[in-house]
Amino acid sequence: MIRFIAILLLLSLPAAAADIPASERRSGYDFMSPATQEMQRDDALNPAMLWVAEGEAQWQEAPSSAAKPCAGCHGDATASMRGVAAGYPAFDERTGKAIDLQQRINACRVTHQQQPAFAAESRPLLGLAAYLGLQSRGLPVQAPDDPRLAPALQRGEKLFHTAMGQLNFSCTQCHDANWGKRLAGSPIPQAHATGYPIYRLEWQDMGSLQRRLRNCMTGVRAEPFPYGADELVQLELYLNSRSAGMTVETPAVRP
Amino acid sequence: MARALISVPKTAKKGDIIEIKTLISHVMETGYRPDAAGKVAPRDILRRFTCRYNDEEVFSAELWQAIAANPFISFTTVATASGTLSFTWTGDNGFSQTETAAITVT
Amino acid sequence: MTGLITRRIAIAGSIGAASLLVLRVPAFATPTEMAGAVAEFTGNASVQRGARVKLDLPPLVENGNSVSVTVRADSPMTDQDHVRAIAIFTERNPQPNVITARLGPRAGRAFLNTRIRLATSQKVIAVAGFSDGSFWSDQVDVIVTLAACVE
Ligand code: HEC
Ligand code: HEC
Repeated sequence: MIRFIAILLLLSLPAAAADIPASERRSGYDFMSPATQEMQRDDALNPAMLWVAEGEAQWQEAPSSAAKPCAGCHGDATASMRGVAAGYPAFDERTGKAIDLQQRINACRVTHQQQPAFAAESRPLLGLAAYLGLQSRGLPVQAPDDPRLAPALQRGEKLFHTAMGQLNFSCTQCHDANWGKRLAGSPIPQAHATGYPIYRLEWQDMGSLQRRLRNCMTGVRAEPFPYGADELVQLELYLNSRSAGMTVETPAVRP
Repeated sequence: MARALISVPKTAKKGDIIEIKTLISHVMETGYRPDAAGKVAPRDILRRFTCRYNDEEVFSAELWQAIAANPFISFTTVATASGTLSFTWTGDNGFSQTETAAITVT
Repeated sequence: MTGLITRRIAIAGSIGAASLLVLRVPAFATPTEMAGAVAEFTGNASVQRGARVKLDLPPLVENGNSVSVTVRADSPMTDQDHVRAIAIFTERNPQPNVITARLGPRAGRAFLNTRIRLATSQKVIAVAGFSDGSFWSDQVDVIVTLAACVE
């Protein structure tokens, strides 16, 4: 504990860090070791592809005899879902709120398939999100452009700049002001969420962006927002705007 | 059934040495690790992997807890004839799964 | 060991981790236990260190949960002259055995690539058994750094 705080004190702590200029934006991929990068580059090495295979199967399978499979309404995902994930979170007419891709998947599951929503971090949900994410791989992240998203985007930006937890750190202090420095051995990335859901070596498992954000909150000893909380989606939305134009890498590998 | 992914070239020339890569979903629970409640989760690992080429065993491996979760194993074999490569993983709690891949050898 | 625990408390303590070390156990295996496991693999035959076997691990291990390891042995892989088995052992995991692969002339090459867990910085050894009854090994000392943000 003492050591961790000592490490944090080595970081420079301006009250308000400047945004990272577009020319200096770097994916978390660039901070990884060559071995971990290779794991992401070659699909045959990437364990996340096991979840993609799960998602593809989910896409094709009817969840009950009365319900259509995803493919029954959306057809071939490689065509119908091309580029879709790159624009999430998006505005949802039904709830009048910003929703992320996994909430969108669950919305279809509940309203169009009359099934109970998949649990957060469950294999079929992460699988579908990875499978749909893959349909945007190589495309640029789409900044949220629906004016109805403006309030949620502003709240996300504010959260990103708000100090939290017993260690009293904001996201911007680590990810805008101190990226590239090491924290207990790990380089601090710029927090571009271009590869989610990811296979994370630390988890030995696939996980969503919300799981990643909750980890960062726990890291500063803050009580993490619960899965599905509006605050997490607002942060996701702000992260998306910060990374607009960067290349989607889903499904990425991270240490 | 656990998801498994196998990368084998679809075609090869007779005598070519081909590289095979395999991945399977499995927690590889070590039996040493306390779970969220502080109780040690019982061991649940894959113990054995076998590759057969047209029913003849060409590669096998015994596995222990130190194999990473979602095991990845890669090895080579000589393309001898067209046919089927089969891959079998067996492990704790009666785990057994077989996947196959076809290869055309010219 | 002491360093490891200090580190665990330093990081996990602040982040509330339960599972920083996958292979965390009260006791680690010892070099003697590893020697025992190697002897079991070779049937007590002597093991020579040298150029016939090459063990490759990345110099910097970002996370001990998954470390890519490649073993190659120098062999024509013919019916008369081939590698029969390749095994990997660790010195300070709870259990010295990692994997024992059986192969033969049909492999074409004496090659194995897998991903392993390393509970801490330690020595990793690969041993290959040749058809002439000889055993050859290679070893690497690995430094393992851990991730900062864990659950
Ligand atoms: C104390 C410093 C610190 C704070 C504060 C922090 N993070 Fe992080 N964050 C990290 C580190 C370190 C990593 C990389 C983790 C690793 O590799 O172990 C990371 C990773 C991430 C990633 C993953 C990037 C990728 O390439 O996949 C995102 C996104 C992220 N953080 C967002 C946030 C948000 C949003 C907040 C505020 C709620 C936040 N972080 C607060 C240190 C911090
Ligand atoms: C009965 C037809 C139907 C089924 C089955 C269905 N959907 Fe949908 N989906 C829709 C409709 C209609 C929309 C447009 C928004 C709305 O009205 O809900 C949509 C929208 C979406 C979107 C957003 C597309 C965009 O451009 O933003 C995604 C992603 C999606 N569905 C995924 C899925 C997945 C994954 C499944 C299976 C779990 C599924 N859908 C099952 C009808 C369906």
